[in-house]
Amino acid sequence: MLKIVGYPDRYSVAPGEEIAFKISLEEGETFEARLVRVVNGDCNPAGPGLKFPHIPTEIDGIHAGKPQRIDAGSYMVATDMPAVAGRTFSFLGFVWPTLPKRGEQVIAAQWDPATQAGFQIGIGDEGRLSLTVGDGAGGTETVRVDHPMLERQWYQIAVTFDPASGEVTLDQRPLIPYAVIRDHGQYRGRIRLAVPAPPVAFLLAGRPEADGTVGHHFDGKIDGPILLSGIRTHADHDGLIAGTAPPDVETARIAHWDFSCEIESITAIDVGPSGRHGRLMQMPARGMKGHNWTGEEHAWPKKPEHYGAVHFHHDDVYDAGWETSVSLTIPADLKSGAYALHASAGDSDETATRETYIPFFVRPPRDKAKRGKRPSVLVLAPTMSYLSYCNHAEHITARGAERQMGRLLTFGHTDLYMYDHPELGGSHYDTHADGSGVCYSSRLRPNLNFSPRYHSWLGGPGSALYQYNADTHLFDWLEHKGVDYDLITDEDLHEEGYDLLADYRIVITGTHPEYHSTAMWDGMKAWIDRGGRLMYMGGNGWYWRIGFHQTEPGVIEVRRAEDGIRTWAAEPGEYYQSFNGEFGGLWRRIGRAPNVMAGVGFIAQGFDISTFYRRAPDADNPRAAFIFKDVPDEIIGDFGLVGGGAAGIELDCISANLGGPPNMLRLASSDGHSGMMMLVNEEFGVVPPNLGGDQNERVHADLAFGETPSGGALFATSSIAWCGSLSHNDYDNNVSRITWNVLERFLDETPFV
Amino acid sequence: MVYKIDPEIDRHYIEEFRQKPIGAHSPGLQRLLNTMRHDPSGKQVVLVCKRPFEEWVLGLMPVDRREPIAIEDGPVFTDIEEAEWEVFRRRWRLLTGESINRPLRD
Repeated sequence: MLKIVGYPDRYSVAPGEEIAFKISLEEGETFEARLVRVVNGDCNPAGPGLKFPHIPTEIDGIHAGKPQRIDAGSYMVATDMPAVAGRTFSFLGFVWPTLPKRGEQVIAAQWDPATQAGFQIGIGDEGRLSLTVGDGAGGTETVRVDHPMLERQWYQIAVTFDPASGEVTLDQRPLIPYAVIRDHGQYRGRIRLAVPAPPVAFLLAGRPEADGTVGHHFDGKIDGPILLSGIRTHADHDGLIAGTAPPDVETARIAHWDFSCEIESITAIDVGPSGRHGRLMQMPARGMKGHNWTGEEHAWPKKPEHYGAVHFHHDDVYDAGWETSVSLTIPADLKSGAYALHASAGDSDETATRETYIPFFVRPPRDKAKRGKRPSVLVLAPTMSYLSYCNHAEHITARGAERQMGRLLTFGHTDLYMYDHPELGGSHYDTHADGSGVCYSSRLRPNLNFSPRYHSWLGGPGSALYQYNADTHLFDWLEHKGVDYDLITDEDLHEEGYDLLADYRIVITGTHPEYHSTAMWDGMKAWIDRGGRLMYMGGNGWYWRIGFHQTEPGVIEVRRAEDGIRTWAAEPGEYYQSFNGEFGGLWRRIGRAPNVMAGVGFIAQGFDISTFYRRAPDADNPRAAFIFKDVPDEIIGDFGLVGGGAAGIELDCISANLGGPPNMLRLASSDGHSGMMMLVNEEFGVVPPNLGGDQNERVHADLAFGETPSGGALFATSSIAWCGSLSHNDYDNNVSRITWNVLERFLDETPFV
Repeated sequence: MVYKIDPEIDRHYIEEFRQKPIGAHSPGLQRLLNTMRHDPSGKQVVLVCKRPFEEWVLGLMPVDRREPIAIEDGPVFTDIEEAEWEVFRRRWRLLTGESINRPLRD
């Protein structure tokens, strides 16, 4: 179990800038910190071993620490509100509950947790609409309708309360009635308590708790919530939504939040007369189909009035909000590259890990004038792929992962901690507790699998590395070879685009650069088209489109639309990204297959073992002679730390008619795959009976090279496992030699054509 | 109809698995493993690492995440394939009633 965890306030920092680390201690009150460069995060005794050279800085030493917690769960808060229960009021809206039996959940509340005064509208007792009031003296009273709601059905709800008489009406009306099912719930009666009206914030989808957190979250969608003075009905709600309500109803609105407005923001717009806008906390999902979605339009920007719902989850997390434990100003002369804060709080043993490495990257100075002469080589750290996989927990939440891996699922201390702490929030591969997909992922929280020393259940047998820690094999090789390079992150590329790449001759990717925003994609393509030389060192790159939030830092969105390897699927009509209105999903479905960028594209995945490449006829093409200098071998990469070979985990190949350049050379193709290395589903329409690599000739990786018309070139390893073979035999092997030959020629400014 | 393990048909795959627990398997062994690796109870056997690259024990992940993972004190494995073999033997016994009293490999 982990006894110390943390996260940085940014993944990329420039010399002279400050980076802050937020750390939580499970034990003790202090921790020791130091800065290290991350060269190799793999402790496999069969490899070169851990390499974390210490960089002395002002933070070396002991720092105070404490436990810090995450208050998960999304909600809306409006602070500029009158004391609603001071006079007769009505609450009208639509709800679509997704976990109606999960216990007491609050849909709307104006509640003072200190005195237990105010009111809460919610569902409870198997999902029945309820009103709870508190008298501020310890007394509470709850009334409910007579029938529970069904899961994932729309209900129009109307709650009225007259505090003077205590009269209450509740009505939950299903929009679609079903025979035999009794889910139209009603209540009419009287509350005995005298209910004070505290002038506190008004919340949707949660209530303030006495300990300062927000709890009792509602799981599901809320659409068209309106607070009005007086006794109002469903008909009034219909009229207000349609814009046909009479003036007295219009003016009776205390607040009318229309979630179809400013969908790309975290603001809940009050379209009523008072403009009491709310703020959406912890990133509930927007751009969600409302009660009135018909299917006539699938793009929310074109018909926002059909997308008036917000989907709240009790396990949404945007910002853990931890206090800074230690911060560091990056020295002006610190070399660009991969670093980590090493924080330790005692000795580790087999029951507990008491140290953590919190990774980040140092980029070149932001001001070009201060950069001086830079190296020709740039490493692009795929931090948005690290973020998409943040706290990837399919081994915990999904059954069937052992079958998929073809071996037992391994749990280290990190995985055990992840199991015990669902409040960390999931990855883009996980689902919320209510089964809906996690479409937002934020870096403002611990990212447990973005860490040196993390050995993943998903990584190939042997070192079992995947994503960040697998990329440390590349960092290690670059260090061993003495390659001088700069490093930037995906987020840097998103923000600065082509201009940030322009001065570099070579870009080297990580092992799995899967997630790209439009700005990232455009920047990279512009650089390639202007003569850049791309060394694509992995597999399944440029696969999913992501969107960055336009005002909130550090959070990205993916919509699992249409096709591709998906652990969950976006609902029909919810394929457009809420952050920017773009059509989400596979880049291939947007007309930009990975082949357009890298000359190869995703073809197969399998996690049991990795295999080797067999030399192909194009290896003898004079255009490729430089790549095979001192490599006469027929078999390439039949060794390695990730699955035992250079070809494994996820594979790409050259494919016709996907927009890739037709001049790509197929230098070598992988062979010997098991039946667990399977064709990916965007590659077939009818499910073939021969999905596995033991029976399907299309299941292979192509080691590929091609020149670009502007004098640049593309080199693709097409396998996530490639970098795991670089260090074999003290870095003297044909995978290392091929990679070096390519790098050496790419450094030569002589144009390829 | 989903395949049901038949000890008479599937027994000879035991030796194939014993020789190579992780890696490419024959279609018959793969079918056997795909069947064995499905637990209709919703529980999940996992491998808990005590010392990276040195020691592992088995654990059982419950259906409800609010319940703790039950971690065994032993046997302690020093080789992941030994753990695969132990889980295979347990599942075979559960599904067929037969014990396999052989070590991993020879």
